[in-house]
Amino acid sequence: MNGGRDDALLRVEHLQVYFPVRRGLMRRVTGHVHAVEDVSFSVRPREVFGLVGESGCGKTTAGAAVLRLIEPTGGRIFFKGQELSALSEEAMRGKRRDMQLIFQNPYSSLNPRMNVWKLLSEPLRVHFRLSDAELRARVLEMLARIGMTEDQLERYPHQFSGGQKQRISIARALITRPSFVVADEPVSALDVSIQAQILNLMMELQQEMELSMVFISHDLNVVRHISASVGVMYLGSIMELGDTEAVYRHPVHPYTQALLSAVPAHDPTRKSSHIVLEGDVPNPASPPSGCPFRTRCPRCTALCAEQKPALTETEPGHFAACHHIA
Amino acid sequence: MDELLKISGLRITTLRGKETVRLLDRVDLSIRKKCSFGIVGESGCGKSITANAVLGLLPYPLRVSEGSIRYDSRAGEKELLKLSKKEMQAVRGEEISMIFQEPMTSLDPIFTVEMQMAEALSFHHPDLSRAEKRERSLEMLRQVNIPRPEQTLSSYPHQLSGGQLQRIMIAIALMNRPRLLLADEPTTALDVTIQAQILRLMNSLKEQNDTSIVMITHDLGVIAETCEEVAVFYAGQIVEQAEVTELFARTAHPYTQGLLRAVTSLGGASRMLYTIPGIVPPGGQWLQGCRFADRCDRCTERCRREMPALTEAAPGHLCRCFLHSEEVEA
Repeated sequence: MNGGRDDALLRVEHLQVYFPVRRGLMRRVTGHVHAVEDVSFSVRPREVFGLVGESGCGKTTAGAAVLRLIEPTGGRIFFKGQELSALSEEAMRGKRRDMQLIFQNPYSSLNPRMNVWKLLSEPLRVHFRLSDAELRARVLEMLARIGMTEDQLERYPHQFSGGQKQRISIARALITRPSFVVADEPVSALDVSIQAQILNLMMELQQEMELSMVFISHDLNVVRHISASVGVMYLGSIMELGDTEAVYRHPVHPYTQALLSAVPAHDPTRKSSHIVLEGDVPNPASPPSGCPFRTRCPRCTALCAEQKPALTETEPGHFAACHHIA
Repeated sequence: MDELLKISGLRITTLRGKETVRLLDRVDLSIRKKCSFGIVGESGCGKSITANAVLGLLPYPLRVSEGSIRYDSRAGEKELLKLSKKEMQAVRGEEISMIFQEPMTSLDPIFTVEMQMAEALSFHHPDLSRAEKRERSLEMLRQVNIPRPEQTLSSYPHQLSGGQLQRIMIAIALMNRPRLLLADEPTTALDVTIQAQILRLMNSLKEQNDTSIVMITHDLGVIAETCEEVAVFYAGQIVEQAEVTELFARTAHPYTQGLLRAVTSLGGASRMLYTIPGIVPPGGQWLQGCRFADRCDRCTERCRREMPALTEAAPGHLCRCFLHSEEVEA
């Protein structure tokens, strides 16, 4: 799969994250939630990789596991050729200045009791030994890049709008000059007109700072716009993977096809050409046998219940996990 | 009358300290019978409080300071703002129903689905027997395509998924066959594949039951899919209103144009997205002239001085902008 690319900055192989389910007085483990079942992908230097899927499909967990903020149950993660999954906690902490995370909700991810100066200088104090003058210079430089001014340094998060707060949390993630970030739904909590402002800022910074990024979102249009390649997740597994335009123009997996057709078109003359899926996403604590999508798939056959389809290449660089793709 | 609901000159205010702050400013809307009407705008533009005002659900210190809301009920025309608490209760659910944004929080977690559905029925029909109520509930659940309705009736909300809960909310809202359904962001908390199911369901229920729907959303895509008419809200006012096809084909107001460009430039040829600079001004901080002036790329000196009136840019197509009319708001 595209995990085989040699030039990758980040390579994830068969990532797996299970959470134990405990029941009863003794809190015995009675089962596992299969949050991430089998996820493999790679991100090239200066590339944005989109991870898209509906809520509960494991995309956020996968993103956090890549940074080892959640310990993976299985699989391997390589960053700049080094195996992250083998590093000690201590060594991993050192890596974090180079690998950062941008959170979804700027309303809850910024400490309300810290002003902008404290919020932005904290990551530098943790990861670097800088003089006061250097510290101030770095903070002001970052502040200018996100379009804010020095007189806003003393203000607290509640004095800013949602869009400005998200700018601050982006600055906080990027101030250590990482080469890789995971952005987890960075615009989902924002209004449409503000979303575009933040996406533009992220694309500018990504170019300027030569960032590689995993961009996680449930919004198919946003992912299409920002990512060069994309992985579509369902119930913990990647269903389809490839260059963004190839996947969006010619989706081959039945799930991707239904998902893309469900997005409302901004054109009242083109009403309802939807493939409407029946039913709900199964419970990840007891996933179906075989293909995870088979319970809602219009093309499901007996084979799908028996065997889980592997990601196979349908065209160069385009992969899908389905038995019914010739 | 041909109109089911007629809102005129509606003004809603709140208190900030001792100061009275306007949140909604002289809004006129009329909803025809068997029509699906969309209200679109960003957060803080006054969409939800308009719907809440119709059912008398404004939380203190919000209140209607001016205007009228006339409703053509089964028992004749009523002025909703003048109804007593008791008269209003007879309207809620029976004549006008509402579904809210988050199905996960709008059902009571400690009662079964059956008890919550039965409550809605017995409120308006106290003489129904338990068996009759159960029968009606089952019928409604089947109408909203709930699999295994008997089992669902005895479930608690936490045992059901978001999509199922929103179906149940719709079932409860339609229990007494209201003639008007106010849907406040009914699919915002749901995934796209579930959203497609719910929108299709609402469309078919509207056809079956002759219910008018007011769909409040921030998503122009949802409007394009489900509505016949649409009003665009900005900073407590209507800035544009037209039939849906007309609005999308000949968008007149710069704010609506900006919203559309911001969403349709996604995935488009240009890498940089079109943006509307700035933010929606919060209530109380509105400009004296056109409220969009600060963010508009076609703003003139006059826009900052005077507020344009909502006038016809084309037959049936209202727009509040000096580009289309010289008229000033009185």
